[in-house]
Amino acid sequence: MYVRRVELINFRSYERVEVDLDPGPSVLVGRNGVGKTNLVEALGYVATLDSHRVATDVPLVRAGAASAVVRCAIVHDGRELLVELEIVPGRANRARLGRSPVRRPREILGALRMVLFAPEDLELVRGDPDQRRRYLDDLLVARLPRFAGVRADYDRVVKQRNALLRTAYLSRKVGGTRSQDMSTLAVWDTHLARHGAELLAGRLELVAALGPHVAKAYDAVAAGRGAAAIAYAARLGDGLTPDRPALEQALLDRLAERRVAEIERGTTLVGPHRDDLALTLGDLPVKGYASHGESWSVALALRLAAYDLLRADGIEPVLVLDDVFAELDTGRRERLAELVSGSAQLLVTCAVPEDVPAALRGARYDVTPGEVHRAPAA
Amino acid sequence: MYEGAIQDLIDELGRLPGVGPKSAQRIAFHILSADPADVGRLATALRKVKELVRFCTTCYNVAESEQCRICRDPRRTEESICVVEEPKDVVAIERTGEFRGKYHVLGGAINPLEGIGPDNLRIRELLARLGTGAVKELILATDPNTEGEATATYLALMVKPMGIDVSRLASGLPVGGDLEYADEITLGRAFEGRRAV
Ligand SMILES: Nc1ncnc2c1ncn2[C@@H]1O[C@H](COP(=O)(O)OP(=O)(O)O)[C@@H](O)[C@H]1O
Ligand SMILES: [Mg+2]
Ligand SMILES: [Zn+2]
Repeated sequence: MYVRRVELINFRSYERVEVDLDPGPSVLVGRNGVGKTNLVEALGYVATLDSHRVATDVPLVRAGAASAVVRCAIVHDGRELLVELEIVPGRANRARLGRSPVRRPREILGALRMVLFAPEDLELVRGDPDQRRRYLDDLLVARLPRFAGVRADYDRVVKQRNALLRTAYLSRKVGGTRSQDMSTLAVWDTHLARHGAELLAGRLELVAALGPHVAKAYDAVAAGRGAAAIAYAARLGDGLTPDRPALEQALLDRLAERRVAEIERGTTLVGPHRDDLALTLGDLPVKGYASHGESWSVALALRLAAYDLLRADGIEPVLVLDDVFAELDTGRRERLAELVSGSAQLLVTCAVPEDVPAALRGARYDVTPGEVHRAPAA
Repeated sequence: MYEGAIQDLIDELGRLPGVGPKSAQRIAFHILSADPADVGRLATALRKVKELVRFCTTCYNVAESEQCRICRDPRRTEESICVVEEPKDVVAIERTGEFRGKYHVLGGAINPLEGIGPDNLRIRELLARLGTGAVKELILATDPNTEGEATATYLALMVKPMGIDVSRLASGLPVGGDLEYADEITLGRAFEGRRAV
């Protein structure tokens, strides 16, 4: 799949811009702060309904404007699909697919598949476990959309269960737990175990499939020392297999063990919402041991592995590499180029075009504040 | 802000579910300019609903007498009870024409976030109905969301030991639609949860 055209109105620094794109590699060139990331961020928003940089929509709308519009023409299997998204901070976004408005913006998900690597992804490695859980779950949903439902159900069960544990905790403090709290806790246990086991099995299978891709990508982009590996770090323990009934039983057993502690703390202590993705280089964990450069390479490898895996599934996402090549020496640049060559569409941003290997240069776009112009073919 | 009566009306309308301040204002001015006879009928309907409608003492559906129409209907079997969250769910199931038993309206679902536990629902009353021995089958038709599922699980745990058949409505693909129009989350889950036939 590829984006043939993108139009932005009042998105970030752009008042109005229209860019026609080709399949294959393209390079967006411009000095710092001219709006390169803004452009790819807009595409990312269409792909995920989320920005990779900010948690709220306000900064996405050009200062002084009330709403932003992102319009894309996406070509998939030879057919063009028009997707339009209006971002209205504080209100529900509006979306169109083809010529018709959709009931919920969620319905445009899947129209544009994209994997984006940006400097912010360093947080994937250095940040809290929730960053890595989100990485896994987003990829799970991209491969199997039903996991969007599994994940939402699981989150809701944890919320409800936490509310119940909190009231149990509070009523215990004033003397005696209400019997109805305890009788419904058993109910929430079974639901937590059921949805938790499904999510857990999905993540375990995903991590097993992803591992070789991470190792291969890291090998290409890293300076050489040590192999990168990933492992699912479950609170339930090591050596779990994606066997749902067994996982469900293991979760129920652990819930029974932790019952007293959970009531004392007033929160759910058991389940995949507390797990992590362990990252190692050689024998050492990445977090706390790896250098800045190594951490950055692991983050890049995680994104490239996701891209690789989706392609192996027959999904051809658009790949975006934001500010990547300046960080790499010549050898690693060439190896990365080899890894991503043959992409349906690759968008690379950089300040110095010579940093990008010749094989990936394709069409060149000059980005200046508020404007994007295609450079005439050399 | 308007003066007196019109603002009172806007405020009251604005407290209704799904009515925002703009709609409240529009409805209020519509009423103001409407035919007095129409407004009179609306006022009567509002007053009557509180005077006449009460809850069935057996199933807690809305009723205009001690018992609702369904509970009074001798053609409907006592052997089967369908449990729903709200009276509007009774209406929805009645439209299917599939069910010939009686209902039990819980008045909501277990929802710890809103402080609703089993004691806040008509569960004790349901168990009392089941205790008479006349009921052989219980159909759990609570909503297919987290809270409805939890309520169904809770009831199943309580009722199964009484030797009553308990079943849960199947959820999944919307009926009447083509498979190709089901969204991928719904279709994916229905596929994953497929049953032997
Ligand atoms: N909502 C907004 N309104 C106007 N300008 C914005 C908005 N958000 C970001 N900008 C501007 O965009 C520029 C950053 O653009 P960015 O795409 O991150 O640059 P780069 O080309 O280095 O990737 C900054 O100058 C910033 O002031
Ligand atoms: Mg940038
Ligand atoms: Zn009744």
